[in-house]
Amino acid sequence: MTIADLSRRTLLQAGAALLASTALPTFARAQNAPSGGRLIVAADSEPKNLNPAIVASNGVFFVASKVVEPLAEASFEGKDGLSPRLATSWEGSADGKSVTFKLREGVKWHDGKPFTSADVAFSALSIWKPLQNLGRLVFANLEAVDTPDETTAVFRFSKPTPLQLIRNALPVVSSVVPKHVYEGTDIGANPANVKLVGTGPFKFTEYKPGEYYRLTRNEDYWAEGEPKLDEVIFRVLPDRAGAGAALEAEEIQLAAFSAVPLTDLDRISKVPGIKVISKGYEALTYQLVVEINHRRKELADLKVRQAIAHAIDRKFVVDTIFLGYAAASTGPVPKNAPEFYDADVPTYDFDIAKANALLDEAGYKKGANGTRFSLKLRPAPYFNETKQFGDYLRQALAAVGIDAQLVNADSAAHQKAVYTDHDFDLAVAPPVFRGDPAISTTILVKSGTPAGVPFSNQGGYANKELDDIIAKAAETVDTAARTDLYRQFQKLVAADLPLINVAEWGFITVARDTVLNVSNNPRWAVSNWADTALQS
Amino acid sequence: MNRALRLIRRRAISSIPVLLIVIVLTFLLLESASGDAVDAYLLSIGGGDATVAQSLRQAYGLDQSMPARLWLYVSSLAKLDLGWSVTFGRPVLDLILERLPNTLLLMGSATALSFGLGSALGILAGAKPESLRDRALSTVSLILYAIPSFWLGLVLSIIFAVQLRWLPTSGIETIASGKTGLTRAADIAAHLVLPVAALALIYMALFLRVTRAGMAEVWRLDFVLFARSKGLSRARIVLRHVARNALLPLVTMLGLQSAAMLGGSVVIESIFAIPGFGRLAQEAVSGRDAPLLMGIIVVSAVLVICVNLVVDIVYAALDPRVGASESGG
Repeated sequence: MTIADLSRRTLLQAGAALLASTALPTFARAQNAPSGGRLIVAADSEPKNLNPAIVASNGVFFVASKVVEPLAEASFEGKDGLSPRLATSWEGSADGKSVTFKLREGVKWHDGKPFTSADVAFSALSIWKPLQNLGRLVFANLEAVDTPDETTAVFRFSKPTPLQLIRNALPVVSSVVPKHVYEGTDIGANPANVKLVGTGPFKFTEYKPGEYYRLTRNEDYWAEGEPKLDEVIFRVLPDRAGAGAALEAEEIQLAAFSAVPLTDLDRISKVPGIKVISKGYEALTYQLVVEINHRRKELADLKVRQAIAHAIDRKFVVDTIFLGYAAASTGPVPKNAPEFYDADVPTYDFDIAKANALLDEAGYKKGANGTRFSLKLRPAPYFNETKQFGDYLRQALAAVGIDAQLVNADSAAHQKAVYTDHDFDLAVAPPVFRGDPAISTTILVKSGTPAGVPFSNQGGYANKELDDIIAKAAETVDTAARTDLYRQFQKLVAADLPLINVAEWGFITVARDTVLNVSNNPRWAVSNWADTALQS
Repeated sequence: MNRALRLIRRRAISSIPVLLIVIVLTFLLLESASGDAVDAYLLSIGGGDATVAQSLRQAYGLDQSMPARLWLYVSSLAKLDLGWSVTFGRPVLDLILERLPNTLLLMGSATALSFGLGSALGILAGAKPESLRDRALSTVSLILYAIPSFWLGLVLSIIFAVQLRWLPTSGIETIASGKTGLTRAADIAAHLVLPVAALALIYMALFLRVTRAGMAEVWRLDFVLFARSKGLSRARIVLRHVARNALLPLVTMLGLQSAAMLGGSVVIESIFAIPGFGRLAQEAVSGRDAPLLMGIIVVSAVLVICVNLVVDIVYAALDPRVGASESGG
């Protein structure tokens, strides 16, 4: 039995136990959930460009995924962890140079025109590959998309491209938009980037800037009996306290992406009629990472990096900063990715004595004031938890004689300082693991990325061996061999510490009890909500 | 009337250098903050490669030198063109016109409430200095003045919206309700009660204290003594003689506070999710959206200049001495 099997089984068992405990009636009710109703959800941002084919980010998907669908969505039960959406099957050729998608029949765009393979070919070649933030990487070698008939699309690659990667990337990179709306226009400036046209269960009806997005039921949706809801409204609530208050006052029914801060969860979970759910983010795992500037002489020394890893009490971080809603990390691949995760890597227990010994060995003795050397520490401001971890890390480093000077800045300033100017020694970052290490994980450690690219290796770390593994995995078509390369990748990263993985977390959804079928897939918040229902 | 027109003309001319200074300072301030609009945008979409960043910088003219961009902005502003917002991808003027009514409604209501209530209570307190009523009102106003508006907003929201559910927690109106006419006006009014209260109570305390202090001063003046010796009733003395004179400095304060209230609305609009000017300014700063922020600052400056102009005209009408010196100079 492989580790992947084990983890998936445990996952299913955990799911089954959860179902059993909350009793079968819930499940039965969910199957024939009532139709109708308006679901009001808290939203905290209003993306300028709402087109998920161009901007593959969670902020965009949150709203757009109900309107524009991908070829396949992540799933707890489905084969390869996927459930079909606009594609019904996918098959790779032995040489890895083509993937054939069979497309769903009888699907219509919201403007009534039929959905065909031409739309997929257009989206892939004119948008995903040249314009999309993640597609540029995944489809870098895409040469052509053949459309032998209306329901078949054959992706042709110039170099062998692993089907495993394409498959894992599908939910994120494959949002299909209509060719007839975009062809011949300036795609980046097309009005449909805000007033979306898709095939999804909901149509984009209205956007009032600063107030709300309104999506209404697509009567012609391809899945029978879906969607359940008449309307989904995303209400803009910029203040963190606002979502919790609006939930309690029953003005909204759901707040996803931890819109209700962790510190409020304990209290709000006791409010009758409100449930706190930590499931449904398994495929959107965020990682708490210490980025290291290897240009700094002290940090270029592996012993110093090991000492820092030993100085961090991961349990304290999980329990105190994340209030238990996180897990300690062992390496660059999170446990939520059982297909790749390898627990058998070098680990660093919390051990101050050992950290001190390592630093002494490295030749950085404590000075008269008890300090070995000073560092500039920049915590990313994007989450409360990254800022709090910055404070913690300063104290943890002080305990081993490293004086960390905290530099707090707002998002744009932090971004420029770390990823363009390299004006940091240590930084705290929250990168995302997106289902496959090749999508947004290997870029964190591989060399050769130019300055100015956010969430990439800007610490000047270069390791030929690691670069070779990453390059080889990028063109290894055989799934087992590719998976094995990523296990080596994890071992090497954990051993050489180009960065230090501290913890990994998903978000929390808080909903009224009346909302049914919440969190039933690993990307639930950014999936289409076709089966989500409201109990009247 | 002629005097008022002259005043307006003089103010219009003298406000041009003020506006220019404000624009240049804002630009330099925003410039000194690290990171630009493209950094902020790439972050919001979760990353992007170097070529994307470069082409975006070219498209927004961010690759040009700082003086060149400043000159470009000022010269297009001279043609009354406020430019294009980078974060929203829309003309700045559209965004401002869309948000301005909400902020004016919030500020207008808050100003009216704080001024009306503050001066009335101030008169009440000042009518009998050192009485129990005076002490009670002064203490309450001091407490209110010391409370930060965001805290007051949150507490009011928890009590009246979450616990009692008398009022909505946030927003400017019920979303997608399809209400029109009077029902819609009533709906908006209900949504404004808490934010207006949170913003107004603090300024009310200020107005109360200024009125009270002004009255205490006027009580000691000779003409009040004369009025009392004439045997006029106490109520008549308070309203006709004391309060009327004590209210004059309040009018000046009103002009000054309009700027402060515009600043206070940033916080209140965020807490109560009101799509207004203040929130737009906050988004412009975090998105390093120079054209939008400059547009907001320019419009705010014009707004404050206008309010102060109105205040001066009113003041001149109330107190002939001021008008004479303004028009004579």
